[in-house]
This record gives sequence, C-alpha cells and structure tokens, in this order.
Amino acid sequence: MKQEHIVIIGNGISGVTLARHIRKQSDKRITLISSESEHFFSRTALMYVYMGHMKWNHLKPYEDKFWKKNRLELKQAHVEHVDVKQKQLKLDSGEEFSYDKLVIACGSKPNKFGWPGQDSKGVIGLVSKQDLEQLEHYAPNNKACKRAVIIGGGLIGVELAEMLSTRNIPVTFLVREEHFWSNVIPDEEARLLERHIKEHGIDLRLDVNLDEILSDDNGKVKAVRIQETGEVINCDLVGLTAGVSPNTDFLKSSTIELNRGVLVNRMLETSEPDVYAIGDCAEQREPIGNRPPIEAVWYTGRMMGETLAQTLCGNPMTYKPGHWFNSAKFFDIEYQTYGWVFHIPKDGHSDFYWEAEDGKKCIHIHFEEDSKIFKGINTFGIRLRHEVFDHWLTQEATVDEVIKNLKLANFDPEFFEQHENEILDAYKKQEVNV
Amino acid sequence: MSLDVNMSVTGNSPEALSVQQKLSAALGLVGLFIMTLSVFNIGFQPKVLWLSLSLAMVAAGIVWYTKASYAGKTAGIKNDGVYFKSLTNRGFWAYILGLVFTGFYIILYFYPSLLGLNSDGANTGVVSLFDPLSQALSGNPASQWFVYGTLYTLAILGFGFKFLWKYRHNSYQRLRTFSVMFFQLGFAFIIPEVMARLNGDDFSLPYYNLVNIWPLNYYNFEQYRVDDMLSAGTIGIALLIFGVASILVITPILTYKYGKRWYCSWVCGCGGLAETAGDPFRHLSDKSQNAWKLERWLVHSVVVFVVVMTTAVVYSYLNNGGYWLSGTAFLISVASLLSIVFAWVMVYKREQLQNDAKYAAIGFFILILSLIALHFSGMTSKIFLFESETLRSTYGFVIGAIFSGVVGVGFYPIFGNRVWCRFGCPMAAILGFQQRLFSKFRITTNGGQCISCGNCSTYCEMGIDVRAYAQKGENIVRSSCVGCGICASVCPRGVLKLENDDPKGRINSKDVLLGNDVDLMDLVNQK
Repeated sequence: MKQEHIVIIGNGISGVTLARHIRKQSDKRITLISSESEHFFSRTALMYVYMGHMKWNHLKPYEDKFWKKNRLELKQAHVEHVDVKQKQLKLDSGEEFSYDKLVIACGSKPNKFGWPGQDSKGVIGLVSKQDLEQLEHYAPNNKACKRAVIIGGGLIGVELAEMLSTRNIPVTFLVREEHFWSNVIPDEEARLLERHIKEHGIDLRLDVNLDEILSDDNGKVKAVRIQETGEVINCDLVGLTAGVSPNTDFLKSSTIELNRGVLVNRMLETSEPDVYAIGDCAEQREPIGNRPPIEAVWYTGRMMGETLAQTLCGNPMTYKPGHWFNSAKFFDIEYQTYGWVFHIPKDGHSDFYWEAEDGKKCIHIHFEEDSKIFKGINTFGIRLRHEVFDHWLTQEATVDEVIKNLKLANFDPEFFEQHENEILDAYKKQEVNV
Repeated sequence: MSLDVNMSVTGNSPEALSVQQKLSAALGLVGLFIMTLSVFNIGFQPKVLWLSLSLAMVAAGIVWYTKASYAGKTAGIKNDGVYFKSLTNRGFWAYILGLVFTGFYIILYFYPSLLGLNSDGANTGVVSLFDPLSQALSGNPASQWFVYGTLYTLAILGFGFKFLWKYRHNSYQRLRTFSVMFFQLGFAFIIPEVMARLNGDDFSLPYYNLVNIWPLNYYNFEQYRVDDMLSAGTIGIALLIFGVASILVITPILTYKYGKRWYCSWVCGCGGLAETAGDPFRHLSDKSQNAWKLERWLVHSVVVFVVVMTTAVVYSYLNNGGYWLSGTAFLISVASLLSIVFAWVMVYKREQLQNDAKYAAIGFFILILSLIALHFSGMTSKIFLFESETLRSTYGFVIGAIFSGVVGVGFYPIFGNRVWCRFGCPMAAILGFQQRLFSKFRITTNGGQCISCGNCSTYCEMGIDVRAYAQKGENIVRSSCVGCGICASVCPRGVLKLENDDPKGRINSKDVLLGNDVDLMDLVNQK
C-alpha cells in the first residue's frame, strides 16, 4: 500500500518535532521543505555562532545521518504557491510537488513598521541563518562597523546587543517604551535589566522612537534619526528587533485563510482540508487562555508539533498546552517564568516582589488577592524547577505555600547562595504592611 | 574528526589578545624559556635564584593574564571568541602547542638524560636546576619526575587561579577547583616528598600520592612496593590496606553517594590538570556517536588489560612464596569477585545495559575466566599465557606513558582535555560503571525548558551529547560524566542541575515534554 505523503513546509523546531513524532508512530512518507538551511538547527542559538562560543555544526541537534536513518526526506527549496485543490506545491525551481497532507510550519520574520529606509543594506533582523550571514557581513568587527543601532526592546534586541558587544562594537539600543520589554515584564524587573544592559556598556535609550533610517549613495545604512529629538546617530548596522510576525507571504496566492498568521482551529487545521499550520506562523482563531493568538516561542512550536503528530497518525487531539512557561537570558542574567506575571497585576490580583542586594537577582509573584491563589512567577538570576511550579499551578497552591516551600523549587547548582529565607522574610514584612 | 566548517568565521573577529594579555603571556613564556635554556647547561647560578625566578615568572604571567582577561568584565560565562582563536580552534598555534607538549612527554618518558638526569653522577641541565627545591622538600636531588611534578603542580595552581576567576560567579566550579588545587599541592606534591624524607637506610616506605588509586596507579601492587609496605610496620600495613580498600570499599561508597565526580573532577590529578590547564580546550572533544562507540570499547579494554596485568603480576610473585596469601588463593578470589560483580549486574541491572554492552560484558567475563581456568587445568605454567613481566611492561609503555601522557596531555589542543580520562583511564571506567548502574548521581533536566542550543554538548569535555538528553526532558545518566558541571554552567536557560537523589526514577525517558497537554503527556509517555 502506498504510504500517505506528509509534506512539512519549514524545518524548524515545530516541523522537525512533528516529523520525529510521526516517524515514531508510523511509516508515512515525510518530506521537510526548507530554503533556509539544509538541516534543522537551533534558531535560539544563532547568537552563539557570532559570539564564537559555537560553530554552525554545533547548532544542529541531530547528526546529519539522522535524517536518512529515520527516512525523513529533506528538500531545499522555497515554496512559492500552494494549490490546495490539486494538493500541489509550486517550488522556486518550477517543480510541482504533491502532498497528501500539508503542514505549514514556516515560522516568522522580523517586524518592519514602515520606517523610511528600513530596506537599506545593513538593516537586519535576527531570525534566520541568512540574517546571521548578513550580520557577519556588515558587522565583522568594529572597524567595518563603528556603531550599531538596535530598534526594539525585547529578547532578540538584547541578544543582538550582547553579540555586537563581544566584538567591541558600540551599540545604541532604542526602546520605544518607557521601560525595557514592558509589554511583558513589570517595571521592577525592567529596571534591573536596564541597569545590567548599561553595565555592559550599551547606550540604552528608553522612550525613544525611530524616525528614519538614513542611507548613503550605495543604499547602505549610515545613520538613524530619532523622532523626539531629531538627533542623528551615525551607524553601519541597524538591527530591527521589534518582534516577529508570521512568514506567510507565499500563501497569499492560495485560498488558505490568513489573518496575521495562518488561521487555525484547536485541531491546528487551517481553512482548507488536509492543510495544517503549527508554530510561529499559526494563529489561533480563539486565543487559548491568556496566550496570544500567535505564540512565537520555541516551546509552543514544539508542543504543537507533538500534538499534531497524534492527529496525523489517527489519534485526533486538540492543541491544549499546559501551564505557560518561558525562559531567556539577558547578558549574564537568566530569566525563567512559570504561570502568568503581567506588566501590571490583573484586576483582583496582587503581587510580591523581592530583589537581592546586589540588584542582579529578583523574583516577582502574582496572585489572586482574595483567595491568595498563586498565578505566576518571574525569576531572574535564580533557577527554579519547572516540575514543581507546574504542580503548584495545577494544584492552585496559595502564594503562602509557594513562598514557604520555595526551597523545593530551587534549581541553582549545588553550593550556590540561597535566598529563600530572605524572600520569606520580605514576604512576611509585606503581609504585615498590608 | 567531524568536518565543522564554520560558515560565519570571516577571520575578522576582534583581536584575539589584548596588549596586557600578550605581555603577560610573554612573561610566563620567558620563565619557561629560562628552564629550557638550562637544559643546555647554560650556567644559571645560583640555581636557587634562577629556579625561583623562572617559577615566579610563570606564576606571575598566569595571574596577570587572568586579570587582563577577566578583571574588567562582569561575572558570567566567558566563552566569547573561543572558536575564533587559533589556539582554541585547532589552528596553527594549537598544533604548535600540541607538538611542544608531545615532544616534552616523549623526552620525559623515554629520554630523561636529555633533561639532565644522569645515571651516574650528579644531575645536570634542567633537572639540576630543580635540585634546590627537591633538596628542601625531600632531602634528595631532583629527578625528571620531580621537575615534571613541580611544573604539573604549578600548572594546576596557576590555571586553577585562572579558572577561579573565570567562574567567579559559580560556587560549584570554585569549590571543585579549590579541591583539585588542594589535592595536587598537598597529596600529589608535598606529602610524597615529605614521606620520602622519612625514609632512611633501615626504613623504606613507598611514598606516593595516596589518592592515586589502583588501577589509575597501575603499579601500586607490584612486588617492590608491597614488600616495602609489609616491611614498614603498622604504617606500611595500613597503607596496603588503604590501597586495597580504596578501590574495593571507599570508591564504591563515594561513587554511590556522589557519582564519580568526587574523584574525577574534585580529587584526581589527571582530572585536575584537565580542568585547569586543559579548560580552554574542553570544547574540542568529539561528540559524535562513533566517538562514543570507540570510547566504550577502548576504555573497557583498558580495564580488562589492567585487571589481567595486575592479577598476573601479583600472582607471579605470590606464587614464589613467602607471603601469607598463596598465588592460587589470590587467583580464586579474583575470579570469585569478578563472578559476583558479573552476576549482580546480569541479575539486577541487565535491563539498564544496552545490547552491545551486555555482549561485551559477557565476552570479557568469559575471556578472563577461561584464562584463569586454563591455568588451573595445567595447560600453561605462565598465567594467562603471557609472562607477567611482559604484560606489565607493555601496559606501562602503551597505557602508562603513551596513552596517558603523550596522547592524553600532548593532544589537549587537538582532541580536548579529557582524551585520557574518556578513552583510556581504567579508574574512570570502573567508577563510570558504578555511576551508570549504582549511584544517586544524575544531571537533572528541568522539565520542558531546553531550547536545544547546544552549549552543553559543545562544552562537555567528555564528549557527551548532553543536549540529546536535555531536549527530550531526560536526565543525563552516563558512565563517562565526570560531573564537572560545566554543562549546567553554560546552559543559558537553567535547564541542567547536578544532583544526588534517590536512585529510583533517575533514568526518565520522555517523548512529550512538560508544559504540553497533560493527557498527551500521559498517553505518549506511558507507552
């Protein structure tokens, strides 16, 4: 019997997780199509290649022979059109490529908000392998790149700042909001991070908008102008890191329903039969809980892959992620979050914030004011156990229980200084004051 | 070697070394250069002055280099530019350094006369330069081994200091480094020299590094040493008992409680050098599946070799009489011990062994038993078909000198800093066997937080593909893991933690990671 042919557009974490899980359960024919790279690599680790911590090959989680061994066919091509009637893809080579089931897992691209000059040479994002190559081209050292300007205060922006500073390239970091990453984290954490970013010699400017990117006669970036002050900052590189959006341009000619991303239901099905979408490019028609409709996060991409594999192997499952978690690293400071901590506590919610004396570690907890049910924690500089917090969130533990038992959740290496007693004391003090 | 072509290295990375780094490196090299010149009997007089000067220059060079490298930077991971530097990316300077190291080891092991060790008459050359220090410590003139031991200790102390700065934010790394520095300076260097001082005409005790345990110290139970111990009264007997108890009692208990790290990255001298002077090369270890396969075969073959060799050596002198234990009794006890261990593994731990490990274990076991049986059947007067002396000298040459020295340290800049520990050390293999099957130690993976970045695998000196486990949410329980904790340190997302905990559930393979639908996790993971 001829095996069903599953074609996956994109070989990132979503597509590859899906392919691996389908292979575990079936003998279906599986093809991964990507124009970005021959093999799957860890996108989150692109920065380490530029910083010289790793080489390109180290980013590949599987050895190159893995794909053949597991009969996962790889095709390096760019899909230009999806014909859902004929169940055919049109590739950039002109080839027509048929599928039985199609999964769109093509990820995202950096946001551009229509700034003048945003398409100049030397204006880059930091999402793809090609972005890394561009960065290496325009900013190999501080002679070729005397200053870089980064637009947009989020995770990728701070990574780019760290990368450039390892090559001694001066960085100006423009953040539109009053505080760093303030659409996600509370001001207390933002202030801690701002201090740390400045400590690394980054020229961090808050509450500042980009007016225009100026380029020279060759169309290469030479400066940026700031809206508020009109100040012109000379630079040889501009990093656009104001978030990402689904990479769906190639689908506009198809009949698949799009909004900002590829619209899917809880089964991760698109508007067209036998076409699914997962990962950064998928947009839930109905957001799930507090989650945004588009979740551009490594972990959620993986989860969607794990889930859809079940459906495609005859065991239909809805995408039903568990408790929210995420992590990042800002220069030397690690960040983890479990459950939900918002910029400002939701109505009826209260918070508890503790910061270590050195100003480099903190935790921030949100909880329901009346019931005291724990809702989420941000932790900076202290590692915490995912399993324990997942359990507490499921059990709807109270904030008192969480803080009293915080030691159980400590995941720092052995012999590290522990702060649980300090945290407990601070919490008791806050309770008295309330 | 894998072909890792670095697509992004354009050769335009920032200047590898600052002016201060260059000057400090030069200072240290001048110290070494003085020692090198002394090889040619250029009359450095007084020796005390020149020896102190050269040692001080090396030490000061390292300290200064450390300050120049880390002092102006915030505490945190310091791997910037590792793959841009010739020395740490198998470039020109790496090969030069490798050649210098291997050349030094070849001279040290096979041509010590070139260093000035004279079989008749006083030392000359660099060995004589070290005479004053040796006289001060043990009361004897120096040997090539004293020169080596001094430089070895200097390297561990100096580069240990560097490592302490590099990881100044990490108490685990700091404690462990203090520990190897302490054991090198005290147990490996000073105590044996002082023990030597106690020896006189009527009292002879083998002086050695007490924590250098058989089979790493493969000659520990040779006749001259055992005779010395037996003739040295209570303290000698105590040493002999300690030597046997080290491998049969102390080691299993500590490894059960803490994993083999208690030895390999906290106590051992080879590990000490690897973790300090070898630290800049840790990422060069081969992470491929093939390298892992080679490792399993090689290191376990060395264990078999050392067991056979030591048994043969001990048996042959016991057989000559004069000891309370007869050769036959010894052979029978070795065979029984091996059978008990083998039976225990096959009965209780069989499901934890991979198929090839099972076959290998059975193969080796049958081999050893049949050799012993062959002896008792009277088919050969020589045990194990070989003269024990031939076995001993072959082991000493191939494993003791070539593998652990010339290749093990000489190739640091090419194959990484743990080549010996990973592929050759029989002690590491025995401890690893315990760690894999009978220990509370594991590296815990933090739920679903892994982003597959690969820092852990890249910087694992033992060539373990840590990420392969972490991205599956699976704890890392590997016999080769020396527990250095660098994977946990370089992890940017707080995913890894070295722990001692209940052995139950420490191996926890998962297909769907924490954070997803609980029903899906149940469905897939309980299959």
